[in-house]
Amino acid sequence: MNHEKKIPLIRLAKRDGMESWKVWCIRCGSILFALLLGALVMALAGANPVTAYGTMISGALGKKSAIRQTVKIAVPLLGCALAIAPCFKMRFWNIGAEGQITAGAIAASYFALFWANRLPSPVLLLVMGLAGALAGGLWALIPAFFKAKWNTNETLFTLMMNYIIIGVVRWLQGGPWEGRKGSQIIPQFDEAACLPRVLGVHCGWIIVLVLVVFMHIYMNHTKHGYEIAVIGDSVNTARYAGMNVGRVMMRTMFLSGAISGIVGFIVASGANNTLYDGVAGGVGFTSITVAWLSQLNAFAMVGISGLLAVLSKGAETLQTRMAVPTSISDIITGILLFCMLGCEFFINYKLIFRGAGRKEARHG
Amino acid sequence: MGNFLSLFLALVIAAITYGTPLLFGTLGEILTEKSGNLNLGVEGIMFMGGALGLGGVFYYEKAAGAGANGMIAVGIGILCAFLAGALASLIFSFLTITLRANQNVTGLALSIFGTGVGQFIGEYMRVRENGYIAIGNTLKGFFQNSPFPAFLQKIPVVGGILFGNSVFFYLGLLLAAGMFFFLNRTQAGLYLRSVGESPATADAAGIAVERYKYLATVIGGGVSAVGGMVYIMTIAGCVWNHEGLSGVGWLAVALVIFCMWRPLSAIWGSVLFGALMILYLRLVLPIVPTQLYKILPYVVTVIVLIASSMRNNKEKQPPASLGLAYFREDR
Amino acid sequence: MEHNVCAIELKGITKRFGEVVANDGIDLQLNRGEILSLLGENGSGKTTLMNMLSGIYFPDEGQIFVNGEPVSIRSPKDAFAHGIGMIHQHYKLVDVFTAAENIVLGLEEGGKLDIKAAEAKVRDICRRYGFDIDPGQKIYDMSVSQKQTVEIVKVLYRGADILILDEPTAVLTPQETDKLFEVLRAMKADGKAIVIITHKLHEVMALSDKVSVLRKGKYIGTVKTSETSPQALTDMMVGHAVTLNIDRPRYETPVGRLEVKGLTVLDGEGVKKLDGVSFTALGGEILGVAGIAGSGQKELLEAISGLCLVNQGEILYTPDGQPPANLVGKTPMQIRKAGVAMAFVPEDRLGMGLVGSMGMTGNMMLRSWKKGPGVFLNRKDPNELALRVWKELEVVTPGTDFPVRRMSGGNVQKVLVGREIASAPSVLMTAYAVRGLDINTSYTIYNLLTEQKMKGVAVIYVGEDLDVLLELCDRILVLCGGKVSGVVDARSATKEQIGLLMTRLGGKEGA
Repeated sequence: MNHEKKIPLIRLAKRDGMESWKVWCIRCGSILFALLLGALVMALAGANPVTAYGTMISGALGKKSAIRQTVKIAVPLLGCALAIAPCFKMRFWNIGAEGQITAGAIAASYFALFWANRLPSPVLLLVMGLAGALAGGLWALIPAFFKAKWNTNETLFTLMMNYIIIGVVRWLQGGPWEGRKGSQIIPQFDEAACLPRVLGVHCGWIIVLVLVVFMHIYMNHTKHGYEIAVIGDSVNTARYAGMNVGRVMMRTMFLSGAISGIVGFIVASGANNTLYDGVAGGVGFTSITVAWLSQLNAFAMVGISGLLAVLSKGAETLQTRMAVPTSISDIITGILLFCMLGCEFFINYKLIFRGAGRKEARHG
Repeated sequence: MGNFLSLFLALVIAAITYGTPLLFGTLGEILTEKSGNLNLGVEGIMFMGGALGLGGVFYYEKAAGAGANGMIAVGIGILCAFLAGALASLIFSFLTITLRANQNVTGLALSIFGTGVGQFIGEYMRVRENGYIAIGNTLKGFFQNSPFPAFLQKIPVVGGILFGNSVFFYLGLLLAAGMFFFLNRTQAGLYLRSVGESPATADAAGIAVERYKYLATVIGGGVSAVGGMVYIMTIAGCVWNHEGLSGVGWLAVALVIFCMWRPLSAIWGSVLFGALMILYLRLVLPIVPTQLYKILPYVVTVIVLIASSMRNNKEKQPPASLGLAYFREDR
Repeated sequence: MEHNVCAIELKGITKRFGEVVANDGIDLQLNRGEILSLLGENGSGKTTLMNMLSGIYFPDEGQIFVNGEPVSIRSPKDAFAHGIGMIHQHYKLVDVFTAAENIVLGLEEGGKLDIKAAEAKVRDICRRYGFDIDPGQKIYDMSVSQKQTVEIVKVLYRGADILILDEPTAVLTPQETDKLFEVLRAMKADGKAIVIITHKLHEVMALSDKVSVLRKGKYIGTVKTSETSPQALTDMMVGHAVTLNIDRPRYETPVGRLEVKGLTVLDGEGVKKLDGVSFTALGGEILGVAGIAGSGQKELLEAISGLCLVNQGEILYTPDGQPPANLVGKTPMQIRKAGVAMAFVPEDRLGMGLVGSMGMTGNMMLRSWKKGPGVFLNRKDPNELALRVWKELEVVTPGTDFPVRRMSGGNVQKVLVGREIASAPSVLMTAYAVRGLDINTSYTIYNLLTEQKMKGVAVIYVGEDLDVLLELCDRILVLCGGKVSGVVDARSATKEQIGLLMTRLGGKEGA
């Protein structure tokens, strides 16, 4: 009998692990491939890809001022990715970072707007940061509570929470906190409520880098981090080990929201010096992809958020110099994410072709 | 009293106008989610549909000149938008079904990509056509006016509501009814639902799980994209308006939950959401700030989500395998 | 004549999973209008063999004949095309669909769904064989036995005339079992060929025409039910006693450690999983727990370690120099801290008690993560423990951070058992500790357990292999259907005696 026919042409099997140099080759290859696809898009748009990439890189990293701008873009991305990491590690799909940033920004802005002349600047900034963390944390706690109690779908819940809080900012903008009547704009913060600059960029970058170290330690060296990892692997094992899954879930979401809230404070106080409805501006979503593609590794997030920031800043330069719309950065970012998401498949699975598969089976 | 009635009727008609893009967005996403795929890229898909739909109609008019046929223009708009959405969803499907990437993350990536593409094309056309993209008034009429004769629209009270809407609302009604029929009265619909509920069961019954997932997601994406085109061609007045369009896709995702994955409920759900979107213009209450009206759809959705999880009614739940990848050997 | 052609014939079927030979050159024959019992202990390869008929697996060697024709069955669809339908142990049904919707699932593509016609046809089948289900009822509203009925009707609806049932009675009450058997007899009278996979001897005797026995993947033989006896079948199933030469020293002064009184546990569906179980476990002895798979072993260990709800009864635990305390109602954490350790190796090896994505160190931590002051994890002690287990148990792994999921089965088990032993418990419970292990590794585990016994620990050993139980343990508790059917002295008991107790033949309710 002909056995060959019965085995499908290509079969899939989970891979038992791969040497790490191969893994990194695949990942870097996927980035290169994405950039090639991006070049194709640029060529279609009528720009010379080589010149365009050159312009992007020089626009993002060519001058000191450019680098500062790039760092400014990377800071919230990195901060938020750090916030999301523990949730995703626990397999809690928090896609509400966008809203948690906004909640934090609102709370921080309250103090910036109404307490600026009552407190000395350092105290004010501290209060703003704490308020941001608390607000972001509480905003994240709501879906976590319902998930723990009634197993309410957290993906959809956190998603909805984003738009509710952004709506609140719109209301504040046009209502109670409006500056000049009819302007729909909240006034600029007092000097005292703005984050001081270090090396030309608001010091949010220092806060975020501290958070990188904090998150790395939290995830890998604390009891909390251990609980999160065990729950993410198997809820049953976690119960067996005596962990209170619901409580850990709520605690982790509070922490995650709090960090997003701090990012909201950094963005409002450091980058914008005011509050508006685009304070999160999609960062909450992009950072999810940053966190995921970094395999939830805090240090890898620095690199990936940097890469995306370079793309984003470079695209701005591309628009001014070559009249290519900035949205090209979203397109290239999208392609990059697709390629990096797709490449994980080749790391986790192996393809067994007919014929080779039989040999494989015999060797077990 | 008569004043109140006419106010109310005007509100309903406006709500239908605003609800129609949502209806398409939602119907497409319902089809997608019934296969167990949670495609969070609807926002991007609708952007792509809006930009490409507009582009298709614009270049058709440019090519055909004065002889442009309204029906053909509408058809081209739908086709271009559908293909754009189908293509975007094909990327999503390939990544999540074949390459087993995480659905949440892939959907968000598609959102970023799609809004980028839509925005890019919108801008690019504007730049190339020297700053202005406009559709002639005759064609515009085909997109925005009622397809019914005037005497029907003039029937007192109900005429406007029943016959005064754009052609897309009626297409949406047909689509919703068709989808209801497909999901509940055909074999393929039953199989599709089984794939979304329990892919392992469907697989064991000999149903081609991956094929169903691909088809549902790609067609669903196409339908959602038509919603984006409808927004641009009706509400935005046939010009590219990314600010108006932004958020509509997410609202469509919310509406899917609100109507509990049922296409017929999506009809009144979309009109309700449409009403909530514009209520601040029509019904100004001093106690409720206008901007807070706009969050009502999301608040209502959250309440529905919580209530359905608390009641734990087996019938009113998301498809059981929503968001999960299926790999046969994992059993 | 038709009767000369077998409905199904298997010739030399072999299936391997890696190094493990699950089926080794098996021959089998089945005629129409006949019920065949496929008998064997857990892990003897019955389900694997039948999965090859239903298209789940494909045999590595051998040939399947249906109605005398050589066929190749690549998928469940192929199996249906040849009229073969299998009712698996885990039902594959969509909860929110009605019975009829589930039944027509995947039958043909395209076209209108004529649920009325389908329901009529389902009713017709029900009438013919005496099933009692409502085709319009949703699955989530159904009892286990109704779900099983839906599965059977599903197979019949597809026109199967060869039916395979995998342990169909495992989830049924005696009344439901009787009803099922009536239906099966009706189908047999209708000319269907039926295979039922089971390890319950009285069911074999009551239902089948002939019995084929498998043992450890090998085909032992086929006998006519009318020409055999339960004793003879038990002999075929368990085989002759094999001498293993496991070292079994005696501990001089055993003390009472754990006393279980009238323990009753219900599962989520309200079915009694444990029914008035009472026994004592002594410090300084290994108490074996024998029984057919699913007789309540898992629930017994889970109840003692606080992981499942106890409906009735007491578990009295006496630590050294302290008065007895009742463990019922305590949290798993408290029980473990008191010194009761459990190493349960589930069928998929991971899942409970191990974190697959972590290395040995991370898994050692599962017991100690809360220890110590402050927020930081103590990695040093678990790491030392991991190194010790690594060295002493000869775990094959590149390092203590290598994910256990990627280790081979035997090594995973060493990690699990090693960790539990390392916590220096006074009661150590292990279940299926040597599941899937090679001989040498198994001996390592036996020696570890004996060592613990000699330290005065009360060891409870749940096992599948009777030879091992007889040579390793001091006493053996036999469970049958959630009840204790006997406690025997392992030094004097025979394999046959235990085999009979396992199938309740030695108890009051003989078949």
